[in-house]
Amino acid sequence: MTGGIMIAAVNFHTLLFYLFALLACGFAVGVVVADNVVRMALYLVLSLGATAGLFFLAGAEFIGAMQLMIYVGGTLVLLVFGVMLTAQAPFVSIKTSAGDRVLAGIVAASLLALLLQAAFSVEAWRRPGLGEEGPPAATPLGTALVGVRVDEPAAGAPAGVRSGYLLPFEIVSVHLLVVLVGAAYLARAKRRRTPRAIEVAASVAPPSEMRRRTTGSASALAAGGAR
Amino acid sequence: MTGSCVGAVVPLLASAGDGVSVAHYLVVGAILFTAGIVCMAVKRNALGVLMGIELVLNGANVNFVAFASPYLRGQGAASLGLDGQVIALFVILLAAAEAAVALAITLNFYNNHATVDVDRADDLKG
Repeated sequence: MTGGIMIAAVNFHTLLFYLFALLACGFAVGVVVADNVVRMALYLVLSLGATAGLFFLAGAEFIGAMQLMIYVGGTLVLLVFGVMLTAQAPFVSIKTSAGDRVLAGIVAASLLALLLQAAFSVEAWRRPGLGEEGPPAATPLGTALVGVRVDEPAAGAPAGVRSGYLLPFEIVSVHLLVVLVGAAYLARAKRRRTPRAIEVAASVAPPSEMRRRTTGSASALAAGGAR
Repeated sequence: MTGSCVGAVVPLLASAGDGVSVAHYLVVGAILFTAGIVCMAVKRNALGVLMGIELVLNGANVNFVAFASPYLRGQGAASLGLDGQVIALFVILLAAAEAAVALAITLNFYNNHATVDVDRADDLKG
């Protein structure tokens, strides 16, 4: 009986907010604290996923979906590929010195105090939300990106012409294209600097000799060639 | 300043049953932002620095979405409306582009120096 009353009294929006907020903040702190880069990547995935949950709770369902698809599904997979490509044993966990950690803790505490004070400085932001249902945002977002605003003006916004986002959309499109070309150019397979000498040495020498020559210094290679 | 901070957090916790306000989201954004800044400053692995950047951008996005939300808007507060969501979308796109280029640079550095320790990237030191 009392249990049923308690369940009815629980505000599930608030409950889910605290759950996702705790997950997002906890795993973000986990990213900072962890030394192992693979664990850091995992904690980052979980933190960004929980943030997508926060977006859904705020009524921004399209942004939440994009967060899951682009961030968690794309960017993080890219980062995990980077981790795997560079995960040689000495680099998996690079320790930070204790002095740096203490200094970072002090800086973090003061920055957090500053930001929290700013967050609570405006009285209107502290009032609980009225819980207005917004219209689904996907269609207004899409038309705003091609320059036509069909959404209602925001409450409290000054009246006037509201701009669409066609120009930023085009700029971002070209930006993404340039980034795609640039990333492919930067990450392309490089030609070796002296392919001929190594190939000649490898084809002449027997396997044991070859290993010594290719891993040895240039002078050893020259001496082997002279002999 | 810390005292005023604690004084502001206590009423927030006391009003937990009333529903979520914009300030709740701002606290989450502040924690994500601070974690990202510390991550960027402290990590010696270049990929850890990249993860810190992602956290910072995400903390900013939480704030944009909170200010844009009609659901969280309190009595008499202004709202960003759809503009906040559009900006959050652009931030996500630019973060993806930034991650791609930064990762390519990191892999190049790894190929040339055989390490991802940013402390070893001192070729330009005078």
